[in-house]
Amino acid sequence: MWKFIVPFGLFLVLGAFLYVGLQRDPSYVPSPLIGKPAPQFTLPSLQDASYSVASKDLKGQPWVLNVWGTWCGGCRQEHETLVAISKMNAVPLIGLNWKDDNGAAQQWLRELGNPYAAVAEDREGRVAIDWGVYGAPETFLIGADGIVMYKHIAPMTMEVWQKEFMPRIEAARAGKGSKT
Amino acid sequence: MKLLKPLLVALALAGAGNALAIDTQPAFDDPNLQQRYENITRELRCLVCQNETIADSNATLAGDLRREVREMIAAGRTDDEIRQFMIDRYGDFVLYRPRLTAINFLLWAAPVLLLVGGAFAAVRVVRRRAAEADIDPAGPEAGQS
Repeated sequence: MWKFIVPFGLFLVLGAFLYVGLQRDPSYVPSPLIGKPAPQFTLPSLQDASYSVASKDLKGQPWVLNVWGTWCGGCRQEHETLVAISKMNAVPLIGLNWKDDNGAAQQWLRELGNPYAAVAEDREGRVAIDWGVYGAPETFLIGADGIVMYKHIAPMTMEVWQKEFMPRIEAARAGKGSKT
Repeated sequence: MKLLKPLLVALALAGAGNALAIDTQPAFDDPNLQQRYENITRELRCLVCQNETIADSNATLAGDLRREVREMIAAGRTDDEIRQFMIDRYGDFVLYRPRLTAINFLLWAAPVLLLVGGAFAAVRVVRRRAAEADIDPAGPEAGQS
């Protein structure tokens, strides 16, 4: 009897592993930054290089970092959603303009609307590397304590925002409220 | 025979592809540093085009990562420090030669475990058959259940 049960059991375990493997997206790379302090940056503002956008100024509240570029198709796709999200005024939305042309980026914001509280210009792509960015659009949620809470790789949708971002933002706010 | 010539050309080109990375010029004048640069960039995965190393990829991000490696070597950082820099940002997946970690321990141990398990099972089966053969005067055929 065991002669059949053991191999069949092993077969089921292997089958389960392979089945789960089929469902997973091989291009998705989990971020090692989740649960770690967000990488610090100070970059010139896209609209006016004499101003700088610094991550340390955002401490004390949850905020969202959205990595985008005018060369990125998925960013065009998600832009409308970002504009809608920004109107909800839930958290400051900071843009990281990744290896882009300054003029083209500014024109993009003029034409499509500007959802960002501030846009940092990462012309050389160094800050993007610090954040482990490998394909725009990517969207990070950073907690009030400066810890990276979540990362979404793909165009933002309202569904993802409501399901993944809002509950975490609310939880972060509630947690902060109970501590103080 | 007609096929031979294109085949040889193809073979020669395949070799050339391996010899040349995407860089058109060496990153360092010092051959030792250049060697280190080539070794490291060949071990790091380009995450945009995941089946290429950053030495081979012409993706913009791969170019940026080669620049980081070049600068870190020039700044005197060790190979391990450079690898750690990449792991901190992109995770273990960035390494083509994975490290042994708590999560993938089973994967590393699997060959040994399977070998030991297989040997154990084989010894047991052989012993049992031998015992059955001894007891049953009709021989091994009749002894099988």
